Amino acid sequence: MGPYILRRTGAAIATLIAASVIIFAFIHLIPGDPVYVMLGDAATPDQVEELRERMGLNEPLVVQYLIWAGNALQGDLGQSIFFETPVTQVIAEGAETSILLALITMFWIVAFGIPVGVLAAMRQGTWVDQGLSGLAMLLASVPTFWVGLYLILTFAAGLGWFPSSGYPSIFEEGGLSNLRYLVLPSLALAAPNAALILRLTRASMLDVAREDYVRTARAKGIPPYRVVLRHILRNALLAVVSAFGFTFAALISEAVVTETVFALPGIGRTVVQSILRRDYPVIQGVVLVIVCLYLVINLIVDLSYRLLDPRVELE
Amino acid sequence: MRQILINLARPFVARPMTAFGVLFLLTIVVFAALSPWIAPFPPDQIDPVNRLQPPGVGHLLGTDHFGRDTFSRIVYGARLALLIGIGVVVFALATGVPIGVLSALFPRLGVVLMRMVDVLMSFPSLLLALGLIVILGQGVFNAILAIGLIYLTTTARIVYGLALRLKAEPFVEAARSSGAGTWWIVTRHILPNMISPLLVQASFVFAFAQLGAASLDFLGLGAPPDIPSWGNMLAESRIYITRASWLLLWPGLMIVLTAFSLNLVGDALRDRMDPRFRELMRK
Repeated sequence: MGPYILRRTGAAIATLIAASVIIFAFIHLIPGDPVYVMLGDAATPDQVEELRERMGLNEPLVVQYLIWAGNALQGDLGQSIFFETPVTQVIAEGAETSILLALITMFWIVAFGIPVGVLAAMRQGTWVDQGLSGLAMLLASVPTFWVGLYLILTFAAGLGWFPSSGYPSIFEEGGLSNLRYLVLPSLALAAPNAALILRLTRASMLDVAREDYVRTARAKGIPPYRVVLRHILRNALLAVVSAFGFTFAALISEAVVTETVFALPGIGRTVVQSILRRDYPVIQGVVLVIVCLYLVINLIVDLSYRLLDPRVELE
Repeated sequence: MRQILINLARPFVARPMTAFGVLFLLTIVVFAALSPWIAPFPPDQIDPVNRLQPPGVGHLLGTDHFGRDTFSRIVYGARLALLIGIGVVVFALATGVPIGVLSALFPRLGVVLMRMVDVLMSFPSLLLALGLIVILGQGVFNAILAIGLIYLTTTARIVYGLALRLKAEPFVEAARSSGAGTWWIVTRHILPNMISPLLVQASFVFAFAQLGAASLDFLGLGAPPDIPSWGNMLAESRIYITRASWLLLWPGLMIVLTAFSLNLVGDALRDRMDPRFRELMRK
Protein backbone atom coordinates (compact mmCIF):
# COMPACT_ATOMS: atom_id res chain seq x y z
CA MET A 1 0.00 0.00 0.00
CA GLY A 2 2.80 2.45 0.93
CA PRO A 3 4.47 2.64 -2.50
CA TYR A 4 1.07 2.85 -4.13
CA ILE A 5 0.11 5.89 -2.02
CA LEU A 6 3.40 7.57 -2.95
CA ARG A 7 3.00 6.83 -6.65
CA ARG A 8 -0.62 7.94 -6.71
CA THR A 9 0.16 11.17 -4.81
CA GLY A 10 3.09 11.86 -7.14
CA ALA A 11 0.82 11.47 -10.16
CA ALA A 12 -1.68 13.90 -8.64
CA ILE A 13 1.05 16.48 -8.05
CA ALA A 14 2.34 16.06 -11.61
CA THR A 15 -1.18 16.60 -12.93
CA LEU A 16 -1.55 19.68 -10.75
CA ILE A 17 1.70 21.15 -12.07
CA ALA A 18 0.65 20.55 -15.68
CA ALA A 19 -2.79 22.03 -14.97
CA SER A 20 -1.21 25.08 -13.35
CA VAL A 21 0.87 25.65 -16.50
CA ILE A 22 -2.35 25.65 -18.55
CA ILE A 23 -4.04 28.02 -16.09
CA PHE A 24 -1.01 30.30 -16.19
CA ALA A 25 -0.83 30.18 -19.98
CA PHE A 26 -4.52 31.10 -20.19
CA ILE A 27 -3.87 34.81 -19.68
CA HIS A 28 -1.29 34.80 -22.49
CA LEU A 29 -3.51 32.88 -24.90
CA ILE A 30 -6.18 35.56 -24.83
CA PRO A 31 -5.79 37.64 -27.98
CA GLY A 32 -4.28 41.06 -27.40
CA ASP A 33 -2.18 42.50 -24.61
CA PRO A 34 -3.70 41.16 -21.39
CA VAL A 35 -3.17 44.48 -19.62
CA TYR A 36 -5.14 46.44 -22.24
CA VAL A 37 -7.76 43.71 -22.37
CA MET A 38 -8.29 43.97 -18.62
CA LEU A 39 -8.10 47.75 -18.24
CA GLY A 40 -9.95 48.64 -21.44
CA ASP A 41 -8.84 50.99 -24.18
CA ALA A 42 -9.28 54.09 -22.03
CA ALA A 43 -6.41 53.17 -19.71
CA THR A 44 -3.62 55.72 -19.25
CA PRO A 45 -0.02 54.64 -19.94
CA ASP A 46 0.73 55.00 -16.23
CA GLN A 47 -2.04 52.59 -15.26
CA VAL A 48 -0.91 50.14 -17.92
CA GLU A 49 2.69 50.26 -16.77
CA GLU A 50 1.64 49.91 -13.14
CA LEU A 51 -0.50 46.82 -13.78
CA ARG A 52 2.16 45.32 -16.03
CA GLU A 53 4.69 45.78 -13.26
CA ARG A 54 2.34 44.45 -10.57
CA MET A 55 1.52 41.32 -12.57
CA GLY A 56 5.19 40.83 -13.44
CA LEU A 57 4.43 40.83 -17.18
CA ASN A 58 7.81 42.38 -18.00
CA GLU A 59 9.69 39.23 -16.99
CA PRO A 60 10.38 36.26 -19.30
CA LEU A 61 7.52 33.73 -19.38
CA VAL A 62 9.32 31.03 -17.39
CA VAL A 63 10.19 33.50 -14.64
CA GLN A 64 6.61 34.78 -14.66
CA TYR A 65 5.29 31.25 -14.20
CA LEU A 66 7.68 30.49 -11.37
CA ILE A 67 6.78 33.73 -9.58
CA TRP A 68 3.06 33.07 -10.07
CA ALA A 69 3.27 29.44 -8.96
CA GLY A 70 5.54 30.36 -6.04
CA ASN A 71 3.06 32.98 -4.86
CA ALA A 72 0.19 30.55 -5.28
CA LEU A 73 2.01 28.01 -3.10
CA GLN A 74 2.24 30.65 -0.40
CA GLY A 75 -1.47 31.37 -0.69
CA ASP A 76 -1.16 34.53 -2.81
CA LEU A 77 -3.28 34.27 -5.96
CA GLY A 78 -2.82 37.88 -7.03
CA GLN A 79 -5.15 40.87 -7.04
CA SER A 80 -8.63 41.13 -8.52
CA ILE A 81 -8.71 43.90 -11.12
CA PHE A 82 -12.40 44.61 -10.51
CA PHE A 83 -12.60 44.45 -6.71
CA GLU A 84 -9.00 45.59 -6.12
CA THR A 85 -8.76 43.05 -3.31
CA PRO A 86 -6.71 39.82 -3.11
CA VAL A 87 -8.17 36.98 -5.20
CA THR A 88 -8.05 34.73 -2.13
CA GLN A 89 -10.45 37.14 -0.42
CA VAL A 90 -12.83 37.07 -3.41
CA ILE A 91 -12.78 33.26 -3.27
CA ALA A 92 -13.25 33.23 0.51
CA GLU A 93 -16.33 35.43 0.19
CA GLY A 94 -17.99 32.98 -2.21
CA ALA A 95 -16.78 29.88 -0.41
CA GLU A 96 -19.52 29.67 2.24
CA THR A 97 -22.33 29.70 -0.34
CA SER A 98 -20.65 27.23 -2.67
CA ILE A 99 -19.54 24.79 0.01
CA LEU A 100 -22.97 24.73 1.68
CA LEU A 101 -24.65 24.37 -1.71
CA ALA A 102 -22.37 21.44 -2.55
CA LEU A 103 -22.95 19.75 0.82
CA ILE A 104 -26.74 20.05 0.69
CA THR A 105 -26.70 18.83 -2.92
CA MET A 106 -24.56 15.83 -1.98
CA PHE A 107 -27.06 15.09 0.77
CA TRP A 108 -29.95 14.97 -1.75
CA ILE A 109 -27.88 12.87 -4.16
CA VAL A 110 -27.04 10.28 -1.50
CA ALA A 111 -30.49 10.37 0.12
CA PHE A 112 -32.36 9.83 -3.16
CA GLY A 113 -29.91 8.27 -5.60
CA ILE A 114 -28.72 5.33 -3.51
CA PRO A 115 -32.01 4.07 -1.93
CA VAL A 116 -33.93 4.46 -5.19
CA GLY A 117 -31.12 2.73 -7.08
CA VAL A 118 -31.29 -0.17 -4.59
CA LEU A 119 -35.05 -0.34 -5.03
CA ALA A 120 -34.76 -0.43 -8.83
CA ALA A 121 -32.17 -3.20 -8.64
CA MET A 122 -34.27 -5.29 -6.25
CA ARG A 123 -37.25 -5.01 -8.59
CA GLN A 124 -35.15 -5.63 -11.70
CA GLY A 125 -37.20 -6.07 -14.85
CA THR A 126 -40.53 -5.05 -13.28
CA TRP A 127 -42.41 -1.89 -14.16
CA VAL A 128 -41.04 -0.27 -10.98
CA ASP A 129 -37.51 -0.73 -12.29
CA GLN A 130 -38.37 0.39 -15.80
CA GLY A 131 -40.19 3.45 -14.49
CA LEU A 132 -37.39 4.47 -12.14
CA SER A 133 -34.67 3.83 -14.70
CA GLY A 134 -36.61 5.77 -17.32
CA LEU A 135 -37.11 8.63 -14.87
CA ALA A 136 -33.39 8.63 -14.09
CA MET A 137 -32.52 8.86 -17.76
CA LEU A 138 -34.99 11.69 -18.21
CA LEU A 139 -33.55 13.61 -15.24
CA ALA A 140 -30.03 13.11 -16.58
CA SER A 141 -31.17 14.76 -19.83
CA VAL A 142 -32.50 17.92 -18.17
CA PRO A 143 -30.46 21.14 -18.06
CA THR A 144 -30.06 22.20 -14.39
CA PHE A 145 -30.97 25.81 -15.12
CA TRP A 146 -34.27 24.74 -16.65
CA VAL A 147 -35.15 22.72 -13.55
CA GLY A 148 -34.08 25.72 -11.49
CA LEU A 149 -36.33 28.11 -13.38
CA TYR A 150 -39.29 25.76 -12.97
CA LEU A 151 -38.59 25.38 -9.25
CA ILE A 152 -38.54 29.20 -8.97
CA LEU A 153 -41.76 29.45 -10.94
CA THR A 154 -43.53 26.83 -8.82
CA PHE A 155 -42.18 27.06 -5.27
CA ALA A 156 -41.02 30.68 -5.13
CA ALA A 157 -43.21 32.75 -7.46
CA GLY A 158 -46.25 30.46 -7.24
CA LEU A 159 -46.50 28.92 -3.77
CA GLY A 160 -44.09 31.29 -2.03
CA TRP A 161 -42.58 28.49 0.08
CA PHE A 162 -38.94 29.32 -0.63
CA PRO A 163 -37.06 32.48 -1.65
CA SER A 164 -36.29 32.69 -5.36
CA SER A 165 -32.81 34.17 -5.28
CA GLY A 166 -29.85 35.35 -3.23
CA TYR A 167 -28.38 33.90 -0.06
CA PRO A 168 -27.55 35.81 3.15
CA SER A 169 -24.83 34.17 5.22
CA ILE A 170 -25.91 31.85 8.04
CA PHE A 171 -23.77 34.05 10.28
CA GLU A 172 -25.98 37.05 9.56
CA GLU A 173 -29.46 37.78 10.81
CA GLY A 174 -31.70 34.74 10.38
CA GLY A 175 -28.95 32.25 11.25
CA LEU A 176 -29.48 28.68 10.09
CA SER A 177 -32.93 29.52 8.72
CA ASN A 178 -31.10 31.25 5.86
CA LEU A 179 -30.41 27.75 4.55
CA ARG A 180 -33.91 27.87 3.05
CA TYR A 181 -32.37 30.03 0.30
CA LEU A 182 -30.35 27.00 -0.76
CA VAL A 183 -33.19 24.47 -0.90
CA LEU A 184 -34.31 25.13 -4.48
CA PRO A 185 -30.80 25.60 -5.92
CA SER A 186 -29.57 22.38 -4.31
CA LEU A 187 -32.56 20.44 -5.64
CA ALA A 188 -31.96 21.74 -9.17
CA LEU A 189 -28.29 20.85 -8.92
CA ALA A 190 -29.00 17.43 -7.42
CA ALA A 191 -31.50 16.28 -10.08
CA PRO A 192 -29.17 15.15 -12.89
CA ASN A 193 -26.45 13.97 -10.52
CA ALA A 194 -28.80 11.95 -8.33
CA ALA A 195 -30.01 10.32 -11.56
CA LEU A 196 -26.45 9.28 -12.42
CA ILE A 197 -25.83 7.87 -8.94
CA LEU A 198 -29.16 6.04 -9.14
CA ARG A 199 -28.16 4.36 -12.41
CA LEU A 200 -24.74 3.53 -11.07
CA THR A 201 -26.11 2.08 -7.80
CA ARG A 202 -28.57 -0.07 -9.73
CA ALA A 203 -25.95 -1.38 -12.18
CA SER A 204 -23.47 -2.04 -9.40
CA MET A 205 -26.07 -3.86 -7.25
CA LEU A 206 -26.93 -6.12 -10.19
CA ASP A 207 -23.25 -6.87 -10.79
CA VAL A 208 -22.63 -7.84 -7.19
CA ALA A 209 -25.85 -9.88 -7.00
CA ARG A 210 -24.31 -12.29 -9.52
CA GLU A 211 -21.30 -13.04 -7.30
CA ASP A 212 -20.82 -16.51 -5.87
CA TYR A 213 -20.79 -15.35 -2.25
CA VAL A 214 -24.25 -13.88 -2.69
CA ARG A 215 -25.57 -17.22 -3.89
CA THR A 216 -23.82 -18.90 -0.95
CA ALA A 217 -25.39 -16.43 1.47
CA ARG A 218 -28.84 -17.10 0.06
CA ALA A 219 -28.28 -20.85 0.10
CA LYS A 220 -27.33 -20.67 3.78
CA GLY A 221 -30.81 -19.32 4.43
CA ILE A 222 -29.89 -15.76 5.38
CA PRO A 223 -33.05 -13.62 5.12
CA PRO A 224 -33.25 -11.83 1.72
CA TYR A 225 -33.20 -8.29 3.16
CA ARG A 226 -30.02 -9.12 5.08
CA VAL A 227 -28.39 -10.46 1.95
CA VAL A 228 -29.30 -7.27 0.13
CA LEU A 229 -28.09 -4.96 2.88
CA ARG A 230 -24.98 -6.78 4.10
CA HIS A 231 -23.74 -8.76 1.14
CA ILE A 232 -24.85 -6.86 -1.92
CA LEU A 233 -25.24 -3.22 -0.93
CA ARG A 234 -21.99 -2.94 1.02
CA ASN A 235 -19.96 -4.18 -1.92
CA ALA A 236 -22.02 -2.34 -4.50
CA LEU A 237 -21.38 0.96 -2.73
CA LEU A 238 -17.67 0.65 -3.49
CA ALA A 239 -18.30 1.43 -7.14
CA VAL A 240 -20.61 4.27 -6.14
CA VAL A 241 -17.98 5.79 -3.85
CA SER A 242 -15.46 5.71 -6.67
CA ALA A 243 -17.86 7.83 -8.75
CA PHE A 244 -17.95 10.63 -6.18
CA GLY A 245 -14.84 12.29 -7.60
CA PHE A 246 -16.54 12.48 -10.96
CA THR A 247 -19.77 13.69 -9.35
CA PHE A 248 -17.88 16.47 -7.61
CA ALA A 249 -16.52 17.74 -10.94
CA ALA A 250 -20.00 17.65 -12.43
CA LEU A 251 -21.37 19.55 -9.43
CA ILE A 252 -18.80 22.33 -9.84
CA SER A 253 -19.59 22.67 -13.55
CA GLU A 254 -23.30 22.82 -13.03
CA ALA A 255 -23.01 25.05 -9.93
CA VAL A 256 -21.65 27.77 -12.22
CA VAL A 257 -25.01 27.80 -13.99
CA THR A 258 -27.17 27.13 -10.92
CA GLU A 259 -25.61 29.97 -8.91
CA THR A 260 -26.27 32.27 -11.84
CA VAL A 261 -29.95 31.24 -12.08
CA PHE A 262 -30.55 31.75 -8.36
CA ALA A 263 -28.26 34.80 -8.08
CA LEU A 264 -26.29 33.07 -5.29
CA PRO A 265 -23.15 34.90 -4.16
CA GLY A 266 -20.96 31.80 -4.69
CA ILE A 267 -17.71 31.01 -6.46
CA GLY A 268 -19.44 29.77 -9.62
CA ARG A 269 -21.24 33.03 -10.23
CA THR A 270 -18.02 34.89 -9.47
CA VAL A 271 -16.36 32.99 -12.34
CA VAL A 272 -19.09 33.94 -14.81
CA GLN A 273 -19.06 37.56 -13.71
CA SER A 274 -15.27 37.66 -13.84
CA ILE A 275 -15.39 36.41 -17.42
CA LEU A 276 -17.78 39.21 -18.35
CA ARG A 277 -15.65 41.75 -16.38
CA ARG A 278 -12.39 40.40 -17.84
CA ASP A 279 -11.07 39.96 -14.32
CA TYR A 280 -8.60 37.27 -15.35
CA PRO A 281 -6.64 36.89 -12.09
CA VAL A 282 -9.89 35.86 -10.36
CA ILE A 283 -10.64 33.27 -13.06
CA GLN A 284 -7.12 31.85 -12.78
CA GLY A 285 -7.29 31.73 -9.00
CA VAL A 286 -10.71 30.09 -8.84
CA VAL A 287 -9.86 27.47 -11.45
CA LEU A 288 -6.57 26.65 -9.72
CA VAL A 289 -8.34 26.16 -6.39
CA ILE A 290 -11.05 24.00 -7.98
CA VAL A 291 -8.55 21.80 -9.83
CA CYS A 292 -6.63 21.33 -6.54
CA LEU A 293 -9.82 20.34 -4.75
CA TYR A 294 -10.78 17.93 -7.53
CA LEU A 295 -7.39 16.23 -7.46
CA VAL A 296 -7.40 15.93 -3.66
CA ILE A 297 -10.92 14.47 -3.65
CA ASN A 298 -10.03 11.99 -6.38
CA LEU A 299 -6.88 11.02 -4.53
CA ILE A 300 -8.85 10.36 -1.34
CA VAL A 301 -11.51 8.43 -3.26
CA ASP A 302 -8.89 6.29 -5.04
CA LEU A 303 -6.93 5.53 -1.90
CA SER A 304 -9.98 4.73 0.20
CA TYR A 305 -11.30 2.53 -2.61
CA ARG A 306 -8.20 0.40 -2.45
CA LEU A 307 -8.30 0.42 1.32
CA LEU A 308 -11.95 -0.68 1.40
CA ASP A 309 -11.60 -3.38 -1.23
CA PRO A 310 -8.44 -5.48 -0.82
CA ARG A 311 -9.26 -7.34 -4.04
CA VAL A 312 -8.43 -4.30 -6.13
CA GLU A 313 -4.97 -4.72 -7.54
CA LEU A 314 -2.50 -1.98 -6.76
CA GLU A 315 -1.49 -1.42 -10.37
CA MET B 1 -23.83 -5.06 -44.42
CA ARG B 2 -27.48 -6.02 -44.50
CA GLN B 3 -27.04 -8.09 -41.35
CA ILE B 4 -25.48 -5.08 -39.58
CA LEU B 5 -28.48 -2.95 -40.46
CA ILE B 6 -30.91 -5.58 -39.23
CA ASN B 7 -28.95 -5.91 -36.00
CA LEU B 8 -28.99 -2.15 -35.54
CA ALA B 9 -32.73 -1.94 -36.18
CA ARG B 10 -33.74 -4.76 -33.86
CA PRO B 11 -33.57 -2.96 -30.48
CA PHE B 12 -35.83 -0.14 -31.70
CA VAL B 13 -38.55 -2.56 -32.63
CA ALA B 14 -38.31 -4.40 -29.33
CA ARG B 15 -38.52 -1.28 -27.15
CA PRO B 16 -41.28 1.23 -27.68
CA MET B 17 -39.43 3.95 -25.72
CA THR B 18 -36.46 3.68 -28.03
CA ALA B 19 -38.77 3.88 -31.02
CA PHE B 20 -40.13 7.12 -29.55
CA GLY B 21 -36.56 8.43 -29.30
CA VAL B 22 -35.85 7.61 -32.92
CA LEU B 23 -39.09 9.22 -34.06
CA PHE B 24 -38.37 12.37 -32.08
CA LEU B 25 -34.88 12.63 -33.54
CA LEU B 26 -36.30 12.18 -37.03
CA THR B 27 -38.71 15.04 -36.32
CA ILE B 28 -35.76 17.26 -35.36
CA VAL B 29 -34.00 16.36 -38.60
CA VAL B 30 -37.14 17.18 -40.59
CA PHE B 31 -37.53 20.50 -38.71
CA ALA B 32 -33.94 21.39 -39.49
CA ALA B 33 -34.04 20.38 -43.15
CA LEU B 34 -37.41 21.92 -43.98
CA SER B 35 -37.58 24.84 -41.52
CA PRO B 36 -38.64 27.54 -44.06
CA TRP B 37 -41.57 25.35 -45.16
CA ILE B 38 -42.65 24.14 -41.72
CA ALA B 39 -42.34 27.40 -39.79
CA PRO B 40 -45.38 29.64 -40.33
CA PHE B 41 -43.34 32.83 -39.74
CA PRO B 42 -39.73 33.87 -40.25
CA PRO B 43 -37.95 33.21 -36.93
CA ASP B 44 -36.95 36.86 -36.46
CA GLN B 45 -40.17 38.54 -37.59
CA ILE B 46 -41.05 41.09 -34.91
CA ASP B 47 -44.69 41.88 -34.17
CA PRO B 48 -44.90 44.35 -31.24
CA VAL B 49 -48.71 44.31 -31.15
CA ASN B 50 -48.79 40.57 -30.42
CA ARG B 51 -46.14 40.45 -27.70
CA LEU B 52 -46.24 37.60 -25.15
CA GLN B 53 -49.32 35.98 -26.67
CA PRO B 54 -50.26 32.65 -25.06
CA PRO B 55 -50.41 29.57 -27.31
CA GLY B 56 -53.46 29.79 -29.57
CA VAL B 57 -54.77 29.73 -33.11
CA GLY B 58 -52.57 32.33 -34.85
CA HIS B 59 -49.44 31.43 -32.93
CA LEU B 60 -49.44 27.73 -32.16
CA LEU B 61 -46.99 27.98 -29.24
CA GLY B 62 -47.46 31.68 -28.44
CA THR B 63 -45.10 34.60 -29.00
CA ASP B 64 -42.11 36.04 -27.12
CA HIS B 65 -41.39 39.55 -25.83
CA PHE B 66 -40.76 40.84 -29.37
CA GLY B 67 -43.88 39.14 -30.71
CA ARG B 68 -41.80 36.53 -32.53
CA ASP B 69 -43.57 33.22 -33.15
CA THR B 70 -42.30 30.61 -30.67
CA PHE B 71 -43.12 27.62 -32.88
CA SER B 72 -41.17 29.07 -35.80
CA ARG B 73 -38.17 29.74 -33.58
CA ILE B 74 -38.36 26.18 -32.20
CA VAL B 75 -38.35 24.82 -35.76
CA TYR B 76 -35.35 26.93 -36.76
CA GLY B 77 -33.66 26.09 -33.45
CA ALA B 78 -33.46 22.45 -34.59
CA ARG B 79 -30.83 23.55 -37.11
CA LEU B 80 -28.46 24.80 -34.46
CA ALA B 81 -29.13 21.78 -32.22
CA LEU B 82 -28.12 19.43 -35.05
CA LEU B 83 -25.16 21.57 -36.07
CA ILE B 84 -23.80 21.66 -32.52
CA GLY B 85 -24.42 17.94 -31.97
CA ILE B 86 -22.82 16.82 -35.23
CA GLY B 87 -19.98 19.31 -34.88
CA VAL B 88 -19.10 18.18 -31.37
CA VAL B 89 -19.34 14.47 -32.28
CA VAL B 90 -17.15 14.93 -35.36
CA PHE B 91 -14.58 16.93 -33.41
CA ALA B 92 -14.53 14.49 -30.48
CA LEU B 93 -14.16 11.45 -32.74
CA ALA B 94 -11.67 13.06 -35.14
CA THR B 95 -9.37 13.94 -32.25
CA GLY B 96 -10.17 11.30 -29.63
CA VAL B 97 -9.88 8.24 -31.90
CA PRO B 98 -6.36 8.97 -33.21
CA ILE B 99 -5.16 9.91 -29.72
CA GLY B 100 -6.60 6.73 -28.19
CA VAL B 101 -5.40 4.37 -30.94
CA LEU B 102 -1.90 5.86 -31.10
CA SER B 103 -1.60 5.68 -27.31
CA ALA B 104 -2.54 2.02 -27.30
CA LEU B 105 -0.19 1.09 -30.15
CA PHE B 106 2.81 3.07 -28.94
CA PRO B 107 2.95 2.76 -25.13
CA ARG B 108 5.66 5.39 -24.69
CA LEU B 109 3.68 7.98 -26.59
CA GLY B 110 0.58 6.69 -24.81
CA VAL B 111 1.95 7.55 -21.38
CA VAL B 112 2.44 11.16 -22.44
CA LEU B 113 -0.84 11.53 -24.35
CA MET B 114 -2.99 9.90 -21.67
CA ARG B 115 -1.34 12.04 -19.01
CA MET B 116 -2.32 15.12 -21.04
CA VAL B 117 -5.87 13.81 -21.26
CA ASP B 118 -5.83 13.34 -17.47
CA VAL B 119 -4.73 16.94 -17.03
CA LEU B 120 -7.58 18.22 -19.21
CA MET B 121 -9.99 16.02 -17.27
CA SER B 122 -8.94 17.62 -13.99
CA PHE B 123 -10.74 20.80 -15.10
CA PRO B 124 -14.50 20.82 -14.52
CA SER B 125 -15.97 20.48 -18.00
CA LEU B 126 -17.92 23.72 -18.16
CA LEU B 127 -14.98 25.76 -16.85
CA LEU B 128 -12.78 24.22 -19.55
CA ALA B 129 -15.33 25.21 -22.18
CA LEU B 130 -15.75 28.72 -20.73
CA GLY B 131 -11.97 29.21 -20.67
CA LEU B 132 -11.74 28.27 -24.34
CA ILE B 133 -14.59 30.64 -25.21
CA VAL B 134 -12.74 33.47 -23.45
CA ILE B 135 -9.65 32.73 -25.55
CA LEU B 136 -11.40 32.11 -28.88
CA GLY B 137 -14.31 34.52 -28.53
CA GLN B 138 -18.03 33.87 -28.69
CA GLY B 139 -19.60 32.10 -31.66
CA VAL B 140 -21.22 28.90 -32.86
CA PHE B 141 -18.01 27.39 -34.22
CA ASN B 142 -16.09 28.21 -31.06
CA ALA B 143 -18.86 26.75 -28.90
CA ILE B 144 -18.47 23.51 -30.88
CA LEU B 145 -14.72 23.51 -30.28
CA ALA B 146 -15.14 24.29 -26.58
CA ILE B 147 -17.67 21.52 -25.98
CA GLY B 148 -15.76 19.20 -28.32
CA LEU B 149 -12.65 19.62 -26.19
CA ILE B 150 -14.55 18.19 -23.20
CA TYR B 151 -15.52 15.07 -25.13
CA LEU B 152 -12.13 14.71 -26.78
CA THR B 153 -10.91 13.57 -23.37
CA THR B 154 -13.64 11.02 -22.63
CA THR B 155 -13.54 9.68 -26.20
CA ALA B 156 -9.75 9.32 -26.15
CA ARG B 157 -9.96 7.40 -22.86
CA ILE B 158 -12.60 5.00 -24.13
CA VAL B 159 -10.84 4.42 -27.46
CA TYR B 160 -7.59 3.82 -25.61
CA GLY B 161 -9.23 1.12 -23.51
CA LEU B 162 -10.88 -0.48 -26.54
CA ALA B 163 -7.71 -0.43 -28.59
CA LEU B 164 -5.67 -1.99 -25.78
CA ARG B 165 -8.15 -4.84 -25.58
CA LEU B 166 -8.31 -5.36 -29.33
CA LYS B 167 -4.53 -5.27 -29.56
CA ALA B 168 -4.37 -8.32 -27.28
CA GLU B 169 -6.94 -10.28 -29.32
CA PRO B 170 -5.66 -13.44 -31.04
CA PHE B 171 -6.76 -12.22 -34.48
CA VAL B 172 -4.59 -9.12 -34.15
CA GLU B 173 -1.64 -11.21 -33.03
CA ALA B 174 -2.26 -13.59 -35.91
CA ALA B 175 -2.31 -10.70 -38.36
CA ARG B 176 0.90 -9.32 -36.88
CA SER B 177 2.69 -12.67 -37.02
CA SER B 178 1.69 -13.12 -40.64
CA GLY B 179 3.49 -9.87 -41.41
CA ALA B 180 0.73 -7.26 -41.38
CA GLY B 181 1.93 -3.69 -40.85
CA THR B 182 0.63 -1.31 -38.19
CA TRP B 183 -1.48 0.67 -40.65
CA TRP B 184 -3.10 -2.50 -41.95
CA ILE B 185 -3.89 -3.73 -38.44
CA VAL B 186 -5.39 -0.38 -37.43
CA THR B 187 -7.57 0.02 -40.50
CA ARG B 188 -8.55 -3.64 -40.98
CA HIS B 189 -8.72 -5.02 -37.44
CA ILE B 190 -8.87 -2.33 -34.78
CA LEU B 191 -11.06 0.44 -36.22
CA PRO B 192 -13.77 -1.80 -37.74
CA ASN B 193 -14.21 -3.54 -34.39
CA MET B 194 -14.69 -0.21 -32.67
CA ILE B 195 -17.59 0.96 -34.78
CA SER B 196 -20.40 -0.12 -32.47
CA PRO B 197 -18.89 1.21 -29.22
CA LEU B 198 -18.08 4.45 -31.03
CA LEU B 199 -21.68 4.73 -32.19
CA VAL B 200 -22.77 4.43 -28.56
CA GLN B 201 -20.24 7.04 -27.48
CA ALA B 202 -21.34 9.32 -30.33
CA SER B 203 -24.97 9.22 -29.24
CA PHE B 204 -24.07 10.10 -25.63
CA VAL B 205 -21.71 12.87 -26.74
CA PHE B 206 -24.45 14.24 -29.00
CA ALA B 207 -26.85 14.24 -26.04
CA PHE B 208 -24.52 15.97 -23.62
CA ALA B 209 -23.43 18.46 -26.27
CA GLN B 210 -27.04 19.67 -26.28
CA LEU B 211 -26.94 20.30 -22.54
CA GLY B 212 -23.51 21.93 -22.72
CA ALA B 213 -24.56 24.24 -25.54
CA ALA B 214 -27.73 25.17 -23.65
CA SER B 215 -25.66 26.09 -20.57
CA LEU B 216 -23.31 28.25 -22.65
CA ASP B 217 -26.29 29.96 -24.31
CA PHE B 218 -27.89 30.53 -20.94
CA LEU B 219 -24.74 32.22 -19.59
CA GLY B 220 -24.70 34.42 -22.70
CA LEU B 221 -21.44 32.85 -23.92
CA GLY B 222 -22.78 30.44 -26.53
CA ALA B 223 -24.44 31.13 -29.88
CA PRO B 224 -24.80 34.87 -30.66
CA PRO B 225 -28.19 36.21 -29.51
CA ASP B 226 -29.47 36.79 -33.07
CA ILE B 227 -29.38 33.04 -33.76
CA PRO B 228 -32.60 31.27 -32.69
CA SER B 229 -31.25 28.46 -30.51
CA TRP B 230 -33.31 26.76 -27.83
CA GLY B 231 -30.79 27.81 -25.18
CA ASN B 232 -30.96 31.45 -26.29
CA MET B 233 -34.76 31.30 -26.25
CA LEU B 234 -34.65 30.17 -22.60
CA ALA B 235 -32.07 32.80 -21.67
CA GLU B 236 -34.13 35.60 -23.23
CA SER B 237 -37.45 34.53 -21.77
CA ARG B 238 -36.05 34.20 -18.27
CA ILE B 239 -37.39 37.53 -16.97
CA TYR B 240 -40.85 36.93 -18.46
CA ILE B 241 -41.45 33.50 -17.02
CA THR B 242 -43.99 34.58 -14.41
CA ARG B 243 -46.07 36.31 -17.11
CA ALA B 244 -45.49 33.89 -19.96
CA SER B 245 -44.50 30.46 -18.66
CA TRP B 246 -44.94 28.82 -22.10
CA LEU B 247 -41.75 30.61 -23.18
CA LEU B 248 -39.93 28.45 -20.66
CA LEU B 249 -41.75 25.24 -21.53
CA TRP B 250 -41.27 24.66 -25.26
CA PRO B 251 -37.56 25.34 -25.83
CA GLY B 252 -36.70 23.52 -22.59
CA LEU B 253 -38.80 20.56 -23.60
CA MET B 254 -37.02 20.39 -26.96
CA ILE B 255 -33.61 20.31 -25.27
CA VAL B 256 -34.73 17.67 -22.75
CA LEU B 257 -36.42 15.43 -25.31
CA THR B 258 -33.51 15.66 -27.74
CA ALA B 259 -31.00 14.68 -25.06
CA PHE B 260 -33.38 12.02 -23.68
CA SER B 261 -33.97 10.49 -27.13
CA LEU B 262 -30.25 10.32 -27.81
CA ASN B 263 -29.65 8.69 -24.43
CA LEU B 264 -32.38 6.14 -25.18
CA VAL B 265 -30.83 5.33 -28.54
CA GLY B 266 -27.36 5.12 -26.99
CA ASP B 267 -28.63 2.76 -24.30
CA ALA B 268 -30.36 0.52 -26.83
CA LEU B 269 -27.22 0.37 -28.98
CA ARG B 270 -25.10 -0.41 -25.94
CA ASP B 271 -27.28 -3.34 -24.98
CA ARG B 272 -26.78 -4.77 -28.47
CA MET B 273 -23.07 -4.33 -28.24
CA ASP B 274 -20.30 -6.84 -27.88
CA PRO B 275 -20.38 -7.81 -24.18
CA ARG B 276 -16.60 -7.55 -23.96
CA PHE B 277 -16.87 -3.79 -24.43
CA ARG B 278 -19.86 -3.10 -22.22
CA GLU B 279 -17.81 -2.75 -19.07
CA LEU B 280 -15.76 0.05 -20.66
CA MET B 281 -18.78 2.03 -21.76
CA ARG B 282 -20.54 1.95 -18.41
CA LYS B 283 -19.68 5.51 -17.38
